[in-house]
Amino acid sequence: MSVSQTEFTRAMMDAGQPVPDGLIDHQDQPAGRRFSVYRNNVAVSLTEAMHSAFPVIAKLLGKQNMDGLAGIYLRQHPPSSPLMMFYGEHFPAFLEGMEQLQHLGYLGDEARLELALRRAYHAADAAPITPDALGALTPDQLMNTRLTLAPAVQVICSPWPIHAIWRFNTKDGASKPEARAEDVLVTRPEFDPIPQILPPGGAIWIRALMQGATIGEALEQAAAADETFDLGATLALLLQGGAITGLDSKG
Amino acid sequence: MLDSAARDRLPAAPGVGYKPQHFAQITADPGSVKWLEIHAENYMGDGGRPIAQLRHLSEKFAMSVHGVGLSIGGEGPLDTDHLARLKHLVGWLNPASFSEHLAWSTHDSHFYNDLLPLPYTDTSLQRICDHINEVQDTIGRRMLLENPSSYLAFAESTWSEPEFLAEISRRTGCGLLLDVNNVFVSATNLDFSPQGYIDAFPLDKVGEIHLGGHDEDEDDHGRPLLIDSHGREVVDPVWALLDYTLAKSGPKPVLIEWDNDVPDWPVLEAEAARAATALERVPA
Repeated sequence: MSVSQTEFTRAMMDAGQPVPDGLIDHQDQPAGRRFSVYRNNVAVSLTEAMHSAFPVIAKLLGKQNMDGLAGIYLRQHPPSSPLMMFYGEHFPAFLEGMEQLQHLGYLGDEARLELALRRAYHAADAAPITPDALGALTPDQLMNTRLTLAPAVQVICSPWPIHAIWRFNTKDGASKPEARAEDVLVTRPEFDPIPQILPPGGAIWIRALMQGATIGEALEQAAAADETFDLGATLALLLQGGAITGLDSKG
Repeated sequence: MLDSAARDRLPAAPGVGYKPQHFAQITADPGSVKWLEIHAENYMGDGGRPIAQLRHLSEKFAMSVHGVGLSIGGEGPLDTDHLARLKHLVGWLNPASFSEHLAWSTHDSHFYNDLLPLPYTDTSLQRICDHINEVQDTIGRRMLLENPSSYLAFAESTWSEPEFLAEISRRTGCGLLLDVNNVFVSATNLDFSPQGYIDAFPLDKVGEIHLGGHDEDEDDHGRPLLIDSHGREVVDPVWALLDYTLAKSGPKPVLIEWDNDVPDWPVLEAEAARAATALERVPA
């Protein structure tokens, strides 16, 4: 009686399935409860991985609810690679699809922020330019410059106060979140990712840069979307975050 | 600081599984700890603190890379993307040792984050040898294969575990990693003599010994069922089994694994010190 790995995994991931025939104890009796060790190990290790990957979501939901959701998630979306550091990529959409969580509309974007912070933590290292490199350019040259951003840099746009919620749940004494939209920039100046609120239009400007626009072209897009867009303030956020790793002012 | 030759092989001395929370203490004063082991998959990101710490540690310590995700016992082909990541890590780090498990963890493109059991048959033997040959050819070095903790058996098995591992080693040239706690756990769960297992094991192929803590449970019939949890101190009977093993094998690199409920550094270092004492009793 041979037990295939298809049978083994099916029974392991669904406790309602019988333990496959052919798994035995040392007296040739059915393995029974011994098989539960594997059911339990997999569920516990993946649930723990979800807790450590999404600590703010876990705090918002409470341990019991997070355990329950992780138990459903890990069966719908088992890891697709052995790199557990990136597990949970479908969790934001999963949260948004849960009917009983519809009243907590911000959970999906909050999970996207936590994913972005984790990706930034493991992103490739890249040496930033100094502000002098930009300061040496004439205004015309600056507008015709393309920027290379560090691999850690990410932008998350949300109709919810995801940065305030993150702060409130990770920093002592942070103020209570107020209802508003927040766009967040993630940078990693050295080893620890930092999320910061972007000023209006900032997300559009940075995303245009990421797609290869010059500073001037990106400025046009950002100003068209929000006439209060502040180029200097947004550029300063990138510089402070060590987020600019190269510039090309050849036009 | 060791010279490079001393980092080329694991010393017959205590090592520990590296945990980032111990970085400052290990680099300041490692105590009895002479080498470190990392889980390969935790260092397959592109950069950041994990890679920076690993670079730093590898300048001071002999390093062992221990994989948990290759799924060498899988029915399907090895994940070539994952193998390429492993080749990259082993390539730049140039560790003293690379090891993996007699187990599987991936099936149908899903990774289950656990070491799952397999039957010991001529068919599985051939598949595992093919996989090990592929790994060794890809990374360009000999690997070690570790014996598992068993909670159950397969009715279809036709080989004993020590004979199965010996045959894999003979066919592929790989070395073996002997986890003495796993022997104790399996022997308790499947009611065989742990000393008898050690007696049957090809100790001349052993490049590294593992020790770890386990939890106690019961099966459906009220018999002891030990769980390999790596979440506490090594128990006395496992230390005794280490003594039994070392007396037969001679000195070997001995690693303390503590992966869950990771203790403060002094507690882990004390386990390494106990391994050092065990090693000192063994004639070289």
